[in-house]
Amino acid sequence: MTRRTRRAFFTALLVGATAITLCFLTLPVAAIFVDVGPRELVASLDDPAALDALVLSLQTTLLAVLVIVAVGTPAAYLLATRGFPGRAWVLTLVELPLILPPAAAGIGLLAAFGPQGIVGPALTDAGIELPLTTAAVVVALVFVASPFYVRQAQAAFGSLDRNLVEASRTLGASEARTFARVAVPLALPSLGTGLALAWGRALGEFGATLMFAGSFRGVTQTAPLAIFERFATDFTAALALSAVLVALSGAILLVVKLLAGRTAAEHALV
Amino acid sequence: MLSFSAHVPLRDFTLEVAFDVSEGCLAIAGPSGAGKSTILRTCAGLVKPLRGKVVCDGTTWFDADRGVWVEPEERSCGFLFQDYALFPHMPAWQNVAYGMRRVPRAARRRAAHELLERFGVATLGDAHPRSLSGGERQRVALARALATEPRVLLLDEPLAALDATTRSAAARELGAALREAAVPALLVTHDFTDAAQLGDEVAIIDRGRLLQRGHAGDLAAAPASSFVADFTGASVLSGVAHPAPGGLTGLLLDGGGEIFSTDRAGGRTAASVFPWDVTVEAAGSPLHGSAQNSLAATVTSVTPVGNRVRLGLSSPQPLVAEVTQASVQRLSLVPGARVEARWKATATRLVPL
Repeated sequence: MTRRTRRAFFTALLVGATAITLCFLTLPVAAIFVDVGPRELVASLDDPAALDALVLSLQTTLLAVLVIVAVGTPAAYLLATRGFPGRAWVLTLVELPLILPPAAAGIGLLAAFGPQGIVGPALTDAGIELPLTTAAVVVALVFVASPFYVRQAQAAFGSLDRNLVEASRTLGASEARTFARVAVPLALPSLGTGLALAWGRALGEFGATLMFAGSFRGVTQTAPLAIFERFATDFTAALALSAVLVALSGAILLVVKLLAGRTAAEHALV
Repeated sequence: MLSFSAHVPLRDFTLEVAFDVSEGCLAIAGPSGAGKSTILRTCAGLVKPLRGKVVCDGTTWFDADRGVWVEPEERSCGFLFQDYALFPHMPAWQNVAYGMRRVPRAARRRAAHELLERFGVATLGDAHPRSLSGGERQRVALARALATEPRVLLLDEPLAALDATTRSAAARELGAALREAAVPALLVTHDFTDAAQLGDEVAIIDRGRLLQRGHAGDLAAAPASSFVADFTGASVLSGVAHPAPGGLTGLLLDGGGEIFSTDRAGGRTAASVFPWDVTVEAAGSPLHGSAQNSLAATVTSVTPVGNRVRLGLSSPQPLVAEVTQASVQRLSLVPGARVEARWKATATRLVPL
């Protein structure tokens, strides 16, 4: 083989591998939209149960993302900017839910917050009943989705130019003001990416929610749970709801990425 | 008035320095990794030393013995960072206005523009740092550092980020800004020439210790150690410049004598010449060769530096020449000997004072 044919062969190999990857990844998504006609799509939105599930999904994921951003951002800042003994262990703990099987996550949540769980009885005494409520859905979503945001935020804060943070301090800004005026604005593009990832994960969350919160229409039945319920009885309706959920997730990811990309372009350094 | 002492363990050695700056600019010069930046960062409160004391205008910022520690934002240090550290997400005027805590919010934009105007960059107020040149960034950063009305100005390698063409102009402007600001300034640099140009006094640092402090010319002429001798490099002569025939610049030296340079300058000017460009000849020997500058001088010191010998000369301004051991013997160079110091006009750099 000449050098030129070898090079052509390698290029063909790369193109082939990329084509296979793309086909495999997009085929199931495309199939949802190919299989479901516009009529079924509209009809599925007419189904009050499906609509309830979509609305509940939006409400719970939005709430979960708000909680994750509000608590996760300062926590990520601390993890990124302060050195302390056992820091590596803390970082690993934060990432643990990423690799936890959803079923194990559900069991874990029950063991912690369930009626017989570690803190469950204390919550019951305080008048808070978690399992099988909408609040339980949010708890499950926060648990599985927060590592996506915190990890990204921590990396963003960790790669901030230390000089900028110190310059802010010497200009009379407290740590809190430096965080708000310098660190967060500069990390915004990465925080946006983390938010999109966490939101996407929350929208798709299934296993932990099912085990910890159950699947009650209008209370804990989010869109993925509603899809699963229809799957056994009405495949077309399941397909239609899937199509709506995919479109919604895609739209959220796209909007957040576009917004983050715009701030990134504004901040771009030389 | 800034009074500083600190003991900070660094990776390879311990920074152990004490000094004070009452007025003007003290330039601390030394090789990379000598602990220069740590001094500035300690002063600003970005590093907490093991032992030491930092007092500015009677206010104690740090005292290890009494357990005093003032946060950086409470210290009022104007810090000029080496890469200027301008906030990339704010236009120039917001960078300048960032530290104006005492100016009412509504007046900050105007105040920032006035400061930018003082540094000749009034038109760049709305520009983002990424679109500014190195020299422009330095001016914006300087305006930002002075906007807080600091009680001491800290400058970390202020010229290192600039290219050769903008360097001398930037140095001149920086010198003027330091004089105008009228607050004690502490500057660190790895370049003795920068230190000599910007500092009213220069201190040489190596491996965490201050070796010698004084006027730049004195350090070069009478180095306390071979490290200082090696580091100081060029001699600096001051005088008044005037145009001379042949497109040259003449410099009437303070204390007598005249030299020539191919650089252009006017008014109060300093000339610098490297010791290895200066030849030493017997007193009264006629000018031959191409060297145009000739000063009658007296040998004040003879210091071996490796395989060279550094001669301190009084012309009457301090001047340094480096010669070989053989020349020392041939010309009988001992303190008190009368000689002629000669070098070329092309080897004479002029810097405004």
